[in-house]
Amino acid sequence: MTREFWKGNEAFAEAAVRAGLQAYFGYPITPQTEALEYMSHRMPELGRPFLQAESELGAINMVYGAACTGARVMTSTSGPGTSLMMEGLSYIAATEVPIVLVDVTRGGPGLGNIVPSQQDYNQMVHGGGHGDYHQIVLAPASVQETVDITYNMFDLAEKYLTIGVVMIDGSIGQMMEPAEMPPMLEIRKDIPDWAVRGGAGKDRRVKTSIYFAAEDMEKTNLRMMRRWQQVIKNEIRYKEYFMDGAKIAVVGYGSAGRISLSAVRTARRQGIPVGLIRPISLSPFPRKLIREIAEQVDSILVVEMNTGMMLDDVLSAVQGKTHVEFYGRSGGVIPFPGEILKEIERISKKPQKDGGHPRDLWLKRMERIGV
Amino acid sequence: MDSVDINTMEVVYERPKTLINKTTSYCPGCTHGTAHRLVAEVIDEMGLSDTTIGVASVGCSAFSYNYFNFDFVAAPHGRAPAMATGVKRVKPDRIVFTYQGDGDLVSIGAGEIIAAAARGENITVIFLNNANYGMTGGQMAPTTLPGMKTTSSPNGRDVEKMGYPIRASELLATLDGTSYVVRRSLHNAKNIRMAKKAIRMAFETQVRGLGFSMVELLSTCPTNWHLSPIDASNWLEENMVPYYPIGDYKVHPMLKEIKI
Repeated sequence: MTREFWKGNEAFAEAAVRAGLQAYFGYPITPQTEALEYMSHRMPELGRPFLQAESELGAINMVYGAACTGARVMTSTSGPGTSLMMEGLSYIAATEVPIVLVDVTRGGPGLGNIVPSQQDYNQMVHGGGHGDYHQIVLAPASVQETVDITYNMFDLAEKYLTIGVVMIDGSIGQMMEPAEMPPMLEIRKDIPDWAVRGGAGKDRRVKTSIYFAAEDMEKTNLRMMRRWQQVIKNEIRYKEYFMDGAKIAVVGYGSAGRISLSAVRTARRQGIPVGLIRPISLSPFPRKLIREIAEQVDSILVVEMNTGMMLDDVLSAVQGKTHVEFYGRSGGVIPFPGEILKEIERISKKPQKDGGHPRDLWLKRMERIGV
Repeated sequence: MDSVDINTMEVVYERPKTLINKTTSYCPGCTHGTAHRLVAEVIDEMGLSDTTIGVASVGCSAFSYNYFNFDFVAAPHGRAPAMATGVKRVKPDRIVFTYQGDGDLVSIGAGEIIAAAARGENITVIFLNNANYGMTGGQMAPTTLPGMKTTSSPNGRDVEKMGYPIRASELLATLDGTSYVVRRSLHNAKNIRMAKKAIRMAFETQVRGLGFSMVELLSTCPTNWHLSPIDASNWLEENMVPYYPIGDYKVHPMLKEIKI
């Protein structure tokens, strides 16, 4: 296999095609539009349905309909689009049909801007749509990882009858990197037993999110939660870097994790015992790992491109077992490795243990540097 | 008097095979039951029950999938045309239809129905217009007539403040993507027979791959109109038919040759 130069948005589109994608429905939104454009020629070339919907509402409900027939189907969008899709996502979750969504995140809230951020974390990881459901959220940090994760996400979504979200920030969507494409899979011929197909009488199937009797809704809630427990058991993913003998652990995902790695490498060269945990599965979150790390290290530094969203999950996993600090840039500002290095150096000399929530202390430090 | 042996009698009228024999959630006198029956008869007559996927919507007909004996999916409020598009695009050899009310199709789902019609999506839409939101207890809909009292227009629809009704068939017929758009009514036997023919024609449109078809069915809502079923039918004829004229708004030339 050869490594080729791929733009992130086009790379995940091609990876999905190779995973046997049967239909793509989407709507233009920066910074993911290249995926839609790529699909507009690639899917018809292979005789597979592509449709530019009238809105993200339309797109997600087209995905919903196709998913009910058991087809491998996906859409991709960015924050303002995911907000519109939340209605459909909740219905899809309740109908227990698998779909894949790629969220190429940008600065928000509101129309915000079109530059990379990680401000959709809470929306994607902690629900978003109404009701009681969970979805798998994986956050790659390179074009290659985006390809591999998108390629495998269909299997995961189908195994657990769930929504599989690939969450990348706009920089991964927009940048070009060498990546190796996986082999082209055949379109699946078999139809899952639960899927509608045009059947009557005893062979009739209904896909719905309505459970009018409270007892039936509760049964569904518990069935979904039991399946989610299996996801937690089987699908935790993360990468560790320089954690041998580390006394400080940086925790960051996606681009923030990748930028943190540069800072950690430099700090290690300076003799600071620091390592990096880069969660890949944000949902399910690697709580057990973070709790174990908390027992080993003196400090944890959470780095994000938002105002501290995963921070809450880390704090809840740490349960006060170690000192936690936070550093974030938001609104589309991408931190430089040097900024994170400064934080690591400061914590290695004098961690800010003067009380207060890590977010409050970070806000005060940001004030001092005029941000 | 001679005894009658029912075993030797010819069956001239029975429940359509694709209509499940169960009590519906619809109010007495409501025309949803009539519309269900007509759709089921057409599906039976065309032999489509093994190849049809219905798309239910939100409103009184949310539970329509409980009454049709073939595959169904249930859409969020207003999104049935988008969901039907998703089904049809991956299953182009299946017959796909939505069953929507006026709140669902004309108000919250206005965007989805216009887009599906403009695309010439090869689906069929059965659209029941009873001029109010029935399931939530009779609120004003985009189709509520000027001056008509509802629970959210208690003094009657004041068009100065609440705007004018939308005539969906006339509106959609202006789109080049549509092939068959007609309005019928369910208030008496003659009109019910005409409605059935139109439903048949709409499904024939899809079978022939001609694109978007819709039958609007003027319907009664005796409960929320606070009228008896008979008075409701009369009210429909006297008030709704003049505002929403029965007629063919778009008929593809190839359909004109079909004799039903």
